[in-house]
Amino acid sequence: MRDFPLRTRVFITAVIVAGLLGVVSCVLHVWHGPDVFTHVCEIVALALLVFASETFSAALARSVATREGVSISVTMPIAMASVLILGPWGAPLVTAMVALEPRPTPWFKRFFNGGMNVLATFGAAWVYVWLHALLSHEPVAPFPGAVEFDPVTVLIPMLAATLVHETINGILMVTVLALAERVSPWRVWFGTMAESALPLFIYSIFGLMLAVVWSTISPLASVLVLAPLMVARWVFTMFSARQEAYESTIRSLIQAVETKDAYTRGHSERVSRASVLIGRSAGMREDRVSSLRYAGMLHDVGKLGVPTRILQKSGKLTDEEFDAIKMHPTRGREITKDLEFLGEAVEGILLHHERMDGRGYPNGLQGDEIPEFARILSVADAFDSMTTTRSYRGARSIEEALEELRRCKDTQFDANFVEALVAAVTREGWDVVDTTDQVTPSHGSPAMGSDDDDPTASTQLGLGLATPVDTAALDAFLTDVLSDSGNQTAKDSGGAS
Amino acid sequence: MSRRKDVRSVVPLQLVAAIVAVSSFAFTAANPLPQGVIHAGVVFGLFIALGEILRVTLPGGRQAAPLAAAGSLAFALLPEINGVQLPGVAFAVTVVTLASIIGSLPRVFVGRGLHLDEVSQRVLMTATAAALIRPWLELTTNSNVQLIAMVVAGALAGLLEIALAAATRANEARVPFSVALVDEFRAMIGITTAVTATGVLMALAAGRMNYWALPVFAVPMLLTQFSFRRYASIEATYLQTIRALSKVTEVGGYTETGHARRVSRLASRIGSEMGMTERELTDLEYAALMHDIGQLAWPEPFPGGATSLIAPVHQRRIAELGAQVVRQSGALDSVAQIVERQADAYRPQRGLPDATLPLASRIIRVANAYDDAVGASLDMERMHYALDRLSGGTDRDYDPAVVDALGRIVDRRLEESYS
Repeated sequence: MRDFPLRTRVFITAVIVAGLLGVVSCVLHVWHGPDVFTHVCEIVALALLVFASETFSAALARSVATREGVSISVTMPIAMASVLILGPWGAPLVTAMVALEPRPTPWFKRFFNGGMNVLATFGAAWVYVWLHALLSHEPVAPFPGAVEFDPVTVLIPMLAATLVHETINGILMVTVLALAERVSPWRVWFGTMAESALPLFIYSIFGLMLAVVWSTISPLASVLVLAPLMVARWVFTMFSARQEAYESTIRSLIQAVETKDAYTRGHSERVSRASVLIGRSAGMREDRVSSLRYAGMLHDVGKLGVPTRILQKSGKLTDEEFDAIKMHPTRGREITKDLEFLGEAVEGILLHHERMDGRGYPNGLQGDEIPEFARILSVADAFDSMTTTRSYRGARSIEEALEELRRCKDTQFDANFVEALVAAVTREGWDVVDTTDQVTPSHGSPAMGSDDDDPTASTQLGLGLATPVDTAALDAFLTDVLSDSGNQTAKDSGGAS
Repeated sequence: MSRRKDVRSVVPLQLVAAIVAVSSFAFTAANPLPQGVIHAGVVFGLFIALGEILRVTLPGGRQAAPLAAAGSLAFALLPEINGVQLPGVAFAVTVVTLASIIGSLPRVFVGRGLHLDEVSQRVLMTATAAALIRPWLELTTNSNVQLIAMVVAGALAGLLEIALAAATRANEARVPFSVALVDEFRAMIGITTAVTATGVLMALAAGRMNYWALPVFAVPMLLTQFSFRRYASIEATYLQTIRALSKVTEVGGYTETGHARRVSRLASRIGSEMGMTERELTDLEYAALMHDIGQLAWPEPFPGGATSLIAPVHQRRIAELGAQVVRQSGALDSVAQIVERQADAYRPQRGLPDATLPLASRIIRVANAYDDAVGASLDMERMHYALDRLSGGTDRDYDPAVVDALGRIVDRRLEESYS
């Protein structure tokens, strides 16, 4: 807590105090309201359910041993069911339970989470009460109790209440992030909200089911509503673990080729990023962009097949050796051609050294004969080569590199994609920093030769490395926030460190 | 030949299921049914048939129809609907059997065949659940007691289904029942939990919501099904990618064409012959595919890529380098360990075997050496020569049990190619 700037500390304290005030007034209302015993029992039972499901999910997540990606919250449906069963004065007491989450968490984050959820639930419950009264033309008792299903008077208010819950949570979370990390609130906001449309619907439906089963069949049976959700959550966790494993496996195999040449480390990763920027900026569909991402990552995979001796050779290469290097796009295609999900990316990998004027390799294609993916990869490849340090020259500034790309458009590069890159880099900036884990080459000496694959090898000058920015910590923090949109938890990573 | 084996193995299970189903048909036909009961049977039957069409592939390639299973369980547990008392076990079995077969018809028409063993499992599961729950439904009307009884009956029926599936697979794939049971339990426990919970909820809620209980409680199940589908697809992509990337050593001329894939196929066969679980087999397959990755760091390819013929110290260096690359991914530590020890001798001191050497590493060592000698060739002489050389190396390099398993596989392959 002490590591935060003053304004952040003030904000966090304010949320915690507001949450505590909310809890106290809820307790007073329950105490002076009707049927104290029943309501206390219901509150305790639902709170235990929150605690149990959190503990259980945490144990499952541990068994998979991963940080969670975007996942399904089990707490959120229980919170929404509490809104239906207990109303505005009871439900916040249930959601306050998230402060007791089983993961090791600093105290202020626990209280902040608790306070945030109390406020969100309180707001959601009042919206529900108000809309329900408006649509059913009858006032709602402060503690509704029995819930019967009705598409108009129950489902619609429920959806609205869930939306309000997520929005309040979102605003508080975004504010604390913006204050602590000095990021644009819009960036965070867009990230969290864009993904929450489907969960929103799911949480509403599940909350409704839970409440109906709770009050018409038996509170015990409501555990059964949560079971498929728990299973789905568990599978999603395994899914994101697998996806993570998947990407890091590709990355580490790519790094196996990059260990052959210390100067190209992180190159594939950055070409991948630059290709995505170009693709998006040129208005490509998202599935093609995703394919482009893998294309960038794998564009030099064929180099794995080039003998290390040649890649690490210092001094001039013989024609034969140069031909061996020129084989890498063909080999890359051979390796990747069976990967169904790559689609047109395979052709891109084969042809990423073609030039618009037809002087490239392997096929000497011209202009429009070269597929779009290959043209994009070629721009991204050149851009990264120029902006990073090579053994035989320093890195150029981003401006110089873009200028150079513009100079070579139509002879070497596709003008549209060069402009797309310029626009994207001007808009979003570009970090030259290597975001991949550093590999310690245990075999072979650091390469002293030139990068003979360098598309810009003929034009070498320039100085100055762009300042590296530590985006990794922020990204980790954002991912954590995204991981559980119902129970938005500021976890240990990044934020407080 | 393999067809006959399949038929023989599943006959007892299908026979029991057929007897249960036919006697249920007879019993149902012999007793007149009220209109409301028939109505309930038709609605649930349609739901089950529809669920049978909405199948899902689970990770590991298993097929399941969770909605059909949940609907069947619900109908087995259901005491009454729309104010009509349901007659009992025989009627439930009849409806579930007919619906499952009708739901499979579209698949039969497109030529993918009827999964008789799966239908049999469901018939027996339904009969068990219905038989277990009836006494309790007559004993009490307390909804909490009924709920617990239903959960217990549903869970037992689900476990029975897992055990039956394991028995079927143990026969088909020649693995010990205990291994098949562990595999089946791991693969199915998630979906079975969701199916049981949904089935019980549908049965409970049908008393109050009538037929609305079916679509309403199908929603959570669909979410679960969706998440399984995504998981299975990434799993498949993962394997596909590792397979593709295992070609890099071949493309660079470090190893012979198809070497990595042949080694992995052979290693998997040896592994299942020696009773490895599915999880162990997956690790083995990945490790076998990537066992030569370490060579990439070598300045020049070895002649013929035959790593079994180079100095042991180089073999171990390659294994270490390969393990480093695999470990880098952060997700495949067990695979990295297998790769790392693939070049270690079985009896380092020509005496006692090295107890810390993973079975998977021993298998890869043998499969690799065998493929270096035989390659893609189908020449019988070469196969026998390779086997003899491996047997000669069991005093030091190779695990005799692994070489024996390989011998049985090679014999079987030769037998098949002659018959």
